[in-house]
Amino acid sequence: MIIATHVSAAYGETIVVDDVSILVPKGGVTALVGPNGAGKSTLLAVMARLMGAKAGTVSVDGLDVTTTPSEVLAKRLAILKQDNHPGIRLTVRDLVGFGRYPHSKGRLTDADRVHVEQALDWLDLTGMGDRFLDELSGGQRQRAFVAMVLAQDTDYILLDEPLNNLDMAHAVSMMKRLRKAADELERTIVVVLHDLNAAAVYADHMVAMADGRVVAAGKTPTLMREGLLSDVFGLPIEVHEVAGRPQAVFYAR
Amino acid sequence: MSVLAPARTPASTTAPRTAVRARSNAALVGGVAALAVLAAVSLFVGVADVSLGDVLSGRADYELIAVSRIPRTLALVLAGAALATSGLIMQLLTRNVFVEPSTAGTLDFATLGLLACALFWPDAPVLVKMVLGTTFALMGTAVFLRILKVVPLKDVLIVPLVGLMLGGVIGAFATFIAYRTDLIQSLNAWTTGDFSAVIAGRFELLWIAGALVVVAGIVADRFTVAGLGEAFTTNLGLDYRRTMTIGMTVVAVTSATVVITVGALPFLGLVVPNVVRAAIGDNARRSVPWVALLGAALVLLCDLVARLVIHPFELPIATVLGIVGAVAFLILLSRRRVRG
Ligand SMILES: Nc1ncnc2c1ncn2[C@@H]1O[C@H](COP(=O)(O)OP(=O)(O)O)[C@@H](O)[C@H]1O
Ligand SMILES: [Mg+2]
Repeated sequence: MIIATHVSAAYGETIVVDDVSILVPKGGVTALVGPNGAGKSTLLAVMARLMGAKAGTVSVDGLDVTTTPSEVLAKRLAILKQDNHPGIRLTVRDLVGFGRYPHSKGRLTDADRVHVEQALDWLDLTGMGDRFLDELSGGQRQRAFVAMVLAQDTDYILLDEPLNNLDMAHAVSMMKRLRKAADELERTIVVVLHDLNAAAVYADHMVAMADGRVVAAGKTPTLMREGLLSDVFGLPIEVHEVAGRPQAVFYAR
Repeated sequence: MSVLAPARTPASTTAPRTAVRARSNAALVGGVAALAVLAAVSLFVGVADVSLGDVLSGRADYELIAVSRIPRTLALVLAGAALATSGLIMQLLTRNVFVEPSTAGTLDFATLGLLACALFWPDAPVLVKMVLGTTFALMGTAVFLRILKVVPLKDVLIVPLVGLMLGGVIGAFATFIAYRTDLIQSLNAWTTGDFSAVIAGRFELLWIAGALVVVAGIVADRFTVAGLGEAFTTNLGLDYRRTMTIGMTVVAVTSATVVITVGALPFLGLVVPNVVRAAIGDNARRSVPWVALLGAALVLLCDLVARLVIHPFELPIATVLGIVGAVAFLILLSRRRVRG
């Protein structure tokens, strides 16, 4: 369970996460939604100790993220940020191998290698293991990064807009795999999504943010409501039942 | 390719991986052997002739070999390996392939430290000089990193240009001081790499730089992780600031020792890591040995050229390296243009 209590975060003097308290239950997929600039990425970064909070605390299974040694947390929680530029020339397999760093400190054991191959396989990257990241498409690279955090083998995985750069088939595939990681590998997935309908189909829980605050949080069906979503996104949104699922409709002429 | 395929159990990939590793180890052994040959050639080239035949028949001037030739060759190997490795470390830590001690102002700051030492404590023991040179080099790196942080630089190329300008300013300041205090000759010795004055007793400091290459090889994974950026580093449980400090300290100590003993060697840390990067990538655990090896080889080669082109006179090796480096820099730039 991740508990954020009265968390505020700021860039300079500008407060962008304002007194947020949320509870992410253990297990399942929790989707964080909201318009651009709502503070989703900032909240995720604070939850993963990438950024200090101005006020408030975050705990992961009872471990305070600011006081727990970073290398201990790295075995419990993994985060992938929104925009990732490898910056250096690594092969896909090497990158995923570095996901094992918290466990192996760089000297991969055979067990580590099994984790790496499984993560590659899980993201459909086995044939690309020896390719360099800078020679891949954006979507392939995105999958490699997700494979890396998967190989980290943590109970909690925080992903900031992992569907970026993915075509529809790979977006669906990614969501299915995240779902499966939650169901079969018992991971807890927290994922920032800009696609409401992906959240509606694959998430157990949703948290809606706007202007640095949490507007609503709860089980997915309770958030897929027209008035609520229209307010959060500042846009008329209709919700229709499609194939037994609530789906948001917002493109209109 | 079916993206919806269920996860398969991975085939055992350990066996082929082991084969790959064995092959790359064999290549490395070959590289070391080639370096040894090059070093041997370097040993027998010089103003005073020493031939292998003389050595074997006992007619050689052993004192010359022990006092001058062996130290010079060792100095070339150590300085080359260490500066090239420093370049790799800086490139990983700044995530910029054009950064190295001479394009970040580090060497100029180290020189300024030595100048300060010469002014205020001319007879200081060599270790004091090294500490001062290192301290200044670290300060210079801090200034450089500070500039990178404050000024949002969109183009990777601007970064080394800023570093070169910073180095230029510091260099000009050092020249001004040296001119006023009659220390121009010392200054030239630091700013222009030259191995002709290397003799036994005057190069041993370089063993420290050599040892740091080994250290770099041991902590290589940290540098690679840091190269992925601060967020990745923290996510993997590694202290980003500490890793930066370790890396930049290695670079500063290396820069100071090289400047003290043989003088600045420009572009070495730029050329070598980029050649290795193109071939095997940036995983430092794999690339540090190659970078060290090729760094030593390039310096040995440039030194041979410097000794032979105007025989019986000698060019400063910095001149030869400057030409090689400038050409390599241009090639790098044009390749970037093609890709970008
Ligand atoms: N590095 C930064 N420096 C200054 N302001 C930032 C920075 N990152 C984000 N912001 C601002 O903080 C607010 C929240 O951003 P973010 O958390 O990225 O929102 P979201 O992920 O919901 O789109 C935005 O107004 C954004 O402009
Ligand atoms: Mg965001």
